[in-house]
Amino acid sequence: MKRMLNIALPKGRLGEHVYDMFEKAGFECPSIKEPSRKLIFENEAKGVRYFWVKPSDVAIYVERGAADLGVCGKDILLEYTPDVYELLDLGIGKCRMAVACPKDFRDTPDKTLKVATKFSHIAADYYRRQGRDIDIIHLNGSIEIAPILKLSDVIVDIVETGTTLKENDLEVRETVVPISARLIANKAYYRFVSETIETILESFRELIAERETR
Amino acid sequence: MSTVYQEPINRSLSELYASYGYSPFKMSKFEEYELYAQNKNFLISDHVITFTDTTGRLMALKPDVTLAIVKNTKDEPSFKKKLYYTESVYRVSQKSGTFREIEQAGVEVIGDIDAYCLGEVLTMAEKSLAAVSPDSVLAVSQLDLLMLAVDALGIPKSREGEVLDCIGEKNQHGIGVILAEEGLPEENTHFLKALLTHYGKPSYVLSRIAPYCKSEGAQSILAEFTKILSLVREDRVVVDFSTLGDLRYYNGIVFRGYVNGIAENLLSGGEYNRLMQKMNKKSHAVGFAVYLDLLDDFGKTLAPYDCDVLILYKEESSDLLAVMEKAESLRREGLTVSVETRPSESKRYRTVYTV
Repeated sequence: MKRMLNIALPKGRLGEHVYDMFEKAGFECPSIKEPSRKLIFENEAKGVRYFWVKPSDVAIYVERGAADLGVCGKDILLEYTPDVYELLDLGIGKCRMAVACPKDFRDTPDKTLKVATKFSHIAADYYRRQGRDIDIIHLNGSIEIAPILKLSDVIVDIVETGTTLKENDLEVRETVVPISARLIANKAYYRFVSETIETILESFRELIAERETR
Repeated sequence: MSTVYQEPINRSLSELYASYGYSPFKMSKFEEYELYAQNKNFLISDHVITFTDTTGRLMALKPDVTLAIVKNTKDEPSFKKKLYYTESVYRVSQKSGTFREIEQAGVEVIGDIDAYCLGEVLTMAEKSLAAVSPDSVLAVSQLDLLMLAVDALGIPKSREGEVLDCIGEKNQHGIGVILAEEGLPEENTHFLKALLTHYGKPSYVLSRIAPYCKSEGAQSILAEFTKILSLVREDRVVVDFSTLGDLRYYNGIVFRGYVNGIAENLLSGGEYNRLMQKMNKKSHAVGFAVYLDLLDDFGKTLAPYDCDVLILYKEESSDLLAVMEKAESLRREGLTVSVETRPSESKRYRTVYTV
């Protein structure tokens, strides 16, 4: 019996966009667009099963083999370094990981920099490369208020439009790394669905090229 | 200790390795910690359980088999020592993050390693996977050829690690970004791209990459690789240059084995001549390990019942001899029988008799 291809999609607008790409690649599953609170959708005829998961959990589903394929941000791959294949940069969900701080903040390298972030690993790696001594303050949300309340000197966070930063009187000082959505695959199960994955990759490359020439 | 799910596989692997004339190798559970401290990067996890023995030496519960075999094997480069083992190792499980006793089987060949020997080891690796499931694949790579393609990129040595990470992730766009950052031309990637793009049966991949192996060195490695792969089954082996090993220890051929239904590699191996050099041995070596702990959940189906028959009796009023005889006669029929005064809430029984 042919193996069902399991695909973990990130809940939200990015996931919907990615599903459209899979649909165009010939792996449609119409029930996914019907209004419901279901999380798993299957099209047996096409041999595909989709499930919606929290964006930050996609890599875990793929690494542990609950999903063969998935789509997640480069930020998650850099932060958690899951043991997966990173097959394609989809060129969507673009944003950047950046260092931001209050407009009047003056950084002096003679003191330990206090950095508030959800992305401890990325921040630590970034400053280690610069040989900078830092104190990481791991937060789970509302990172922007940390420098305002003097909890930290700077923040390392994802910046899309910069509106939230502006509204909190913060500005971007440095870009750590550009971020976009990546197609990832389980390293073991790739072997058993490699032909299907190659078909998807070929179609995705065409869709990306088409989008870029528009 | 083997679980009931590992035991039959364990036995058939030992029979397989013995059928190739390999000798069993038994070793102590402990080794001096120094051996592992000097070769931490060779270990899957660098956490080791240590203790001080009665003479004050710092000892370790063995986290790996290969290092102990290399250390305890006489260095005779002109001969071949062919060994197999089934041993417990003690290391941090990548899944749980805690120390576990892990059953591992494998083979090691130490000495004069030639093309036939490498073909034999690859065949044994492929057969080890087939012993678990026919739906299995052995992915093989050639590190020396891959490193020639990495050298052709012209990137600084300091960024080689990043490129190797990208190779292991099949992340070709990442390699493109590094090249662009270094201001190097795209054409430098042609050789590496050819290796990474082609995946599949040996005859298919080798014929596709041949035009890119232009230097004498690359052609000679490819010819040797082709000779070795001609000795293995085409239908269960794929060439996949994203298969890597730590370059401080491995060289030449490296491979990983996968079984459909197990989400990580069940088998891992390769040539480790650099480890031999590091341990001041002149012999060459190749080997692989099968991680039997990964079989715990594989193919496991929960029986619908814990016991076929439950016989309920009353201590004060039942004829105990009749109860005993009834239970024994059912057991003679091949049924599992539990005799209780009341049913257990956590167990499921197919049939319940009250006596």
